Amino acid sequence: MSAAKRLSIDRIACAGRGVCAELFPERVDLDEWGYPVIPDPTVPEHLLGHARRAVAGCPVLALRLDPAPPER
Amino acid sequence: MTLQSEASATHSAAPQPPGGRLLSGWFATGVPADLDQHLLRYGPAPLPGSKETVTALITAAEEAGLTGRGGASFPTGRKLRTVARARGTAVVVANGMESEPASLKDEVLLHVAPHLVLDGAQLAAAAVGADVIHLCLPRTRAAQRSTLALAAAERRREHLDRIPVQVHALPHHYVSSEETSLVNWINTGNARPLATPPRPFEKGVEGRPTLIDNVETLAHLALIARYGAAWFRTAGTPDAPGTVLVTASGAVHTPGVYEMPLGTPVGRILDTAGGAIAPIGAVLVGGFFGSWLPIEQAVRTAFSKSGLAAAGAGPGAGVIAALPHAACGLAETARILGYLAAQSARQCGPCQFGLPAVAEDFAQLAWGGLDRTGFDRLHRRIGLLPGRGACRHPDGAARLAATALQTFTDDVRQHFHRGPCPAAGTHGTLTVPTAPGPLQEGWQ
Repeated sequence: MSAAKRLSIDRIACAGRGVCAELFPERVDLDEWGYPVIPDPTVPEHLLGHARRAVAGCPVLALRLDPAPPER
Repeated sequence: MTLQSEASATHSAAPQPPGGRLLSGWFATGVPADLDQHLLRYGPAPLPGSKETVTALITAAEEAGLTGRGGASFPTGRKLRTVARARGTAVVVANGMESEPASLKDEVLLHVAPHLVLDGAQLAAAAVGADVIHLCLPRTRAAQRSTLALAAAERRREHLDRIPVQVHALPHHYVSSEETSLVNWINTGNARPLATPPRPFEKGVEGRPTLIDNVETLAHLALIARYGAAWFRTAGTPDAPGTVLVTASGAVHTPGVYEMPLGTPVGRILDTAGGAIAPIGAVLVGGFFGSWLPIEQAVRTAFSKSGLAAAGAGPGAGVIAALPHAACGLAETARILGYLAAQSARQCGPCQFGLPAVAEDFAQLAWGGLDRTGFDRLHRRIGLLPGRGACRHPDGAARLAATALQTFTDDVRQHFHRGPCPAAGTHGTLTVPTAPGPLQEGWQ
């Protein structure tokens, strides 16, 4: 069992502040209006620290770190 | 065009298509079925009264292979079983919102066979152990709302129904038919989509497990409960059994609602709708949320989830619209995208900003001069829409835009080199609502 997690966003709560992209540039990019683009939502173990900081730093609590879905 | 003229023009001109089931009463009598007529034709709904009969009903829905007719084509039996097993007393929501402007089938079905829908809702409620049924209808159809409320009251008086039906009239916007919008409306009076999870089947109305089915799906369930899974499978194909209500519009002689076996080639559906009035260039399949297919591909594509998926499309709420070869597919798409952008609930940034930007770029492509930089930007912006909203509104708009660019490549080249084509300046073929967007009318 891997310790990988998965980033997810509450799109309604997200206000496009862009903190996530600043704290977690390895996974989060911003579109031209400042809303997050996450091409690969999986977070491997060695990036968990950055991911947790981004989740904690979101001013509207829109970013979540969920357990990764089981491998198929 | 009113429902009446639409329906009568359609159904008196065309012979009954093969597999007519939901509409068979209408074909036989030519009048909407009141309760007496409904009972004469079908008898009372066989409501399950024991654990065994509940299980038998759910099993019949599964074995019939019935799938949702609202757009997602999800297996109805599996949904019934999931909600029936969930903890807590369930709720049933019958979705008759029909927010897709190119679809008329829910309106027609509720008009000609309201009691089949109400039967189906009672059966579904019995199957999942619900104690209330919410019937959600658009506020724009006042007559329909009073007809259904009266029909439900009459059934209650006659002791046909066990479970009370509440009829709701919701704001009629494109995304107010989305299932979380219905839950949000019933819970809080706001008809905008909610973030998921939780999905309504886990936690919906009042936090209870909630079964949400399109009204056509429920009407099919009412027939399966009476005639069984094997009978249901005598129409359609093994992987897409049964019939489906299809709204055919655009450049056909007799636009309207037709009941077709699932898996019927799109070309034959166009023939059933009277055939083309002009050479056809492309078909919009699935609705404003759907995909453009070149006519050569469309005619031989089977109208079913799997058949259309192979062509990169889906049945949506059963919509096909034929576009003449001479029309401008880019202008048609630009008008639809403008409508979809105005219909955004403006809750999610990518939809609030990205969708109008795509619509604007597309309008430039259709009517202005979009340069290479703009064209690349349009492609990039379309690519950033899917998967970035609480609901699938941006995904649907992206599919429409992307398939338009694929299907109308010749037009794209023309518009690039010579500017807008003459057809772009006409009124267009598809009817796109010009009613004010939700901003003016509100979501409450």
